[in-house]
Amino acid sequence: MNILNLIKVSLKAVANNKMRSFLSMLGIIIGVSGVIVMMALGQGSKESMRQELSTMGTNLLTIRPGADFRGGVRQDPSAMQTLKMADYERIMREKKFVTKVSPEVTSSGQAIYGNNNTTTTIYGESPEYIDIRLWTIEEGVCFNEEDIKKASKKVLIGATVVKELFGDGVDPIGKTIRFKSIPMTVIGVLKAKGYNNWGMDQDNVMIAPYTTVMKRVAAQTWFSSIICSAVTEELSDAAIEELTQILRDNHKIKGDAIDDFNIRSQAEMMETMTSTLDTFKTFLLFAASIALVVAGIGIMNIMLVSVTERTKEIGLRMAVGATGPVISLQFLIESVVISITGGLFGILIGCLLSAFLLPVLGLPSSVPLDSVCISFLICVFIGMFFGYLPAQKAANMDPIEAIRHE
Amino acid sequence: MADDNRKVVIELQNVKRYFQVGSETVKALRGVSFKIYEGEFVTIQGTSGSGKSTLLNQLGCLDTPTSGEYFLDGISVRTMSKTQRAHLRNQKIGFVFQNYNLLAKTTAVENVELPLMYNSKFNAQQRREAAVKALQAVGLGDRLEHKSNEMSGGQMQRVAIARALVNNPAVLLADEATGNLDTRTSFEMLVLFQELYRQGHTIIFVTHNPEIAEYASRNINLRDGKIREDTINTNIKSAAEALAALPIPQDD
Repeated sequence: MNILNLIKVSLKAVANNKMRSFLSMLGIIIGVSGVIVMMALGQGSKESMRQELSTMGTNLLTIRPGADFRGGVRQDPSAMQTLKMADYERIMREKKFVTKVSPEVTSSGQAIYGNNNTTTTIYGESPEYIDIRLWTIEEGVCFNEEDIKKASKKVLIGATVVKELFGDGVDPIGKTIRFKSIPMTVIGVLKAKGYNNWGMDQDNVMIAPYTTVMKRVAAQTWFSSIICSAVTEELSDAAIEELTQILRDNHKIKGDAIDDFNIRSQAEMMETMTSTLDTFKTFLLFAASIALVVAGIGIMNIMLVSVTERTKEIGLRMAVGATGPVISLQFLIESVVISITGGLFGILIGCLLSAFLLPVLGLPSSVPLDSVCISFLICVFIGMFFGYLPAQKAANMDPIEAIRHE
Repeated sequence: MADDNRKVVIELQNVKRYFQVGSETVKALRGVSFKIYEGEFVTIQGTSGSGKSTLLNQLGCLDTPTSGEYFLDGISVRTMSKTQRAHLRNQKIGFVFQNYNLLAKTTAVENVELPLMYNSKFNAQQRREAAVKALQAVGLGDRLEHKSNEMSGGQMQRVAIARALVNNPAVLLADEATGNLDTRTSFEMLVLFQELYRQGHTIIFVTHNPEIAEYASRNINLRDGKIREDTINTNIKSAAEALAALPIPQDD
């Protein structure tokens, strides 16, 4: 019994009934293309996140109010007001592993110049913020410590705000714009950063002294966050430890009491986000596996019906010399051929869809090669596993009854 | 009849075949014995229930006797396993069925090649050559690539006969081979069988139609699982003449 002949026989049988073969493999096509797209999305998201986080500076530390809500539980409003001026001042006095610090207060609203207006967000920061977040001042100057002391009504604006309020050809420097009806003088223009990988316009910003935003715009005495940069990425942990001690002491948190703030480093944020992505990916993979099992069951059902319909053919083959194992192997190969062909189509469609979808979502395109290989192997396995029952059914037929089957 | 010199292709010795149906025993064959020599054209004739289908299955190695011996080309079949009998069928038997039993959507050549696909001694080229030769022998040399659904009943049966001959069998087993054909085509088929007989093939033709026996060299008559008659035909009619004598079909 020649295995090559058997493969030819099986291929012929699959090709003979193209519609049925196609319907059999439809489940696999859908399942596999789904897996590929999801894996590509996952990989692309991770990659974009990595790129995004690395543009923010690799030693960035963010202190936020409220206990660590990794579990996703929201805090009540008072818990979000725990970062105060005293904390910032003490950090500035005692910092050893931290270099630059900027307390942050934000507010969103309308900015107006003449007949133009636009919705934007104003960030109240210290001058060090420009360096921490790798901004470049294209034109003009940044505010200074004096401006902080005086809560000067001075502001740096981003490229989108320039475009919306001033259009081309007008120099914004020195002009007065109103934000939430507070007049502010433009003293500098920020170099454009463009959209980030999550589709957010990074240039729709205004940066002003934090005291200005605290007193005049938002009327609040607490910070939304305090942003610091560690001396080096390696010393991030030491920096976190140092900041934690300062804040716990300042907030009079003793012993085992949990912090009423949380500090995240770049690496941690990356890890949190990727672990969320990984969990999501595992869940999607699980869903996809179920889809593939269903697809395999579909193949098995259609093959069982096919075996019954081809009873006479099986009887004939046995009459001219095919043994049970030979018949069994023929149907097993047919099942694997269907499964693999479906898998290949699924991989092709999945890759095409990913190539199209990822750029639309603003993600870097990636071909998840390991997913492709694993999907293919799984298809071979599905073909063999779910083809077993129909193959046995065919092999166990009695040739005499089979030939006379109507 | 000096039959000791001739080669015995098939020998049945008191073959019995009983079936258990529920609590009853159906005695399909109750002790059948005969010898078939090389080159004979034998009809096995009987009504339904006579046991001729069971006998056919025995002869075709699709089934084994409950008791008694069956020797095919000198080989004892009774104790063979399913796999061994499958190999034996592949080498020694050529089947021709009433309903042709061709593979759908498949060309004539591929249909004829089928038995050789299960024979590892043939490579692709040898397979093709043997199939073409067999089709030419039945007069279908110009329809090699025609698909089964593009052929008439008579042509399909010819393909089936070519398939039965392609592996050079010891015996051709035909089961009501003309049953699905009209009168004219039936006679054309008998012409072909008689031609194969003249070429020296051993043919066994199972049928319920007593007329066919007139064109064969020997007739075995079966009734209730036993042989009622086993006669040599001393006056074999010519199917070609009968075909020529058929009235030409006229539109009414």
